[in-house]
Amino acid sequence: MKRHYIVRVISKLLIPCIFLFALYVQFHGDYGPGGGFQAGVIFASGIVLYTLVVGLDRAQQAFHPRIIEILVAIGVLIYGSVGIWCLASGGKFLDYNALADDPVRHPQHGQHLGILLVELGVGITVAAAVVSIFFAFVNRGRS
Amino acid sequence: MPNLGLFNYWVVIVLMMTGFYTVIARGNLIKKLIGLNVFQVSVFMLYISMANVKGGTAPIIFEGAKIYSNPLPHVLILTAIVVGVSTTSLGLALVVRIKEAFGTIEEDDIRRLEEEA
Amino acid sequence: MSTAIAIVVLRDLWSSVILSGIFSLISAGLFVVMDAVDVAFTEAAVGAGVSTVLMLGTLALTDTSEKRSDRFQVLPLLVVLLTGAALIYSTLDMPHYGDPYAPIHLGEPANTYIYKSSNEIGVPNIVTSVLASYRGYDTLGETVVIFTAGIGVLLLLRRSCEMDQEGKTCVNEESHS
Repeated sequence: MKRHYIVRVISKLLIPCIFLFALYVQFHGDYGPGGGFQAGVIFASGIVLYTLVVGLDRAQQAFHPRIIEILVAIGVLIYGSVGIWCLASGGKFLDYNALADDPVRHPQHGQHLGILLVELGVGITVAAAVVSIFFAFVNRGRS
Repeated sequence: MPNLGLFNYWVVIVLMMTGFYTVIARGNLIKKLIGLNVFQVSVFMLYISMANVKGGTAPIIFEGAKIYSNPLPHVLILTAIVVGVSTTSLGLALVVRIKEAFGTIEEDDIRRLEEEA
Repeated sequence: MSTAIAIVVLRDLWSSVILSGIFSLISAGLFVVMDAVDVAFTEAAVGAGVSTVLMLGTLALTDTSEKRSDRFQVLPLLVVLLTGAALIYSTLDMPHYGDPYAPIHLGEPANTYIYKSSNEIGVPNIVTSVLASYRGYDTLGETVVIFTAGIGVLLLLRRSCEMDQEGKTCVNEESHS
């Protein structure tokens, strides 16, 4: 992609905006359309665009495949551990009411916290899974 | 036609049959996967069109909205979309391996090669 | 609909893949018209983004055009037409589009979610509250599904990648031939 100047320049302007938009979608999933899955896919699309522009080697320097694989598992672990934290706090599995300071009068605080953490875990897993699938496809074609 | 209210189901059925035909009639494996994708999207459209309420709005609570569309099928379809992309990616990985093992991705050629071996 | 028919007919696989991306985008627009904004978001991102990129990657690794079939097969077309006719016959009893008294809207779960979500959960987006709180267990299963897909693809397609001395590039080895 060394001589496709337009694509390179525009991508360098757009890729930070894509990551920022992914973070916005992730954390505003409560107030508008969005949530974990959409944010994860948008983040992965940003990484894919970066890989297409700078080539696989530099992209794998920036996002090491081993770390991405570990992140896939960490997202699911976050989700499960939120459920177990609810169990440890006295509620049922994935019962976010138990996470609040005052489960009787303000269960909404616990719900907010639970939903935030859960969507974070989902977003991390989806982004890492899509990126590692893409890297696997490209690595297969190289040798 | 007295049943114009059923128009959305007929569109969905036409799309579904197009995807179905692609899966069973075409020999190329990637074409089959694309047809499967078309089939899945038509099923999503079936559920979403059933969830719509006339005069309703998107299921996000804000001031001044009286009727919302049914949010339950939306949740089911979100899960279904993610599962669909998972199966598509696994299917494409299998196609790549089949190509490396057999040298072709046409179904008839693969069957012929397997019978000879 | 015409994009779907074009996908079937065309033999060149590059065009079919791009058309499937366009098909996903058009269906996302239709979802917005039908008031399903979260679903449209996901379908546009996933269908027009991820699926198309992965199919293009697969095409780069395999052939790019389909073989012309020798004779026109009647049996698949007959099966498809019969199934379509049976399905159309079955839709004659279904509720009309947008009917607010359809059984799907009168049942218990949907009304509970809409009415009680703002009190019990306090999140404006009802779809997120249902997805993450009321049906959180299903979302756990869905996350595990995409985790499994990632692992599956890595098992199928991975070659062990070890960084060379300076840590600059991957020195690919065959994991097993």
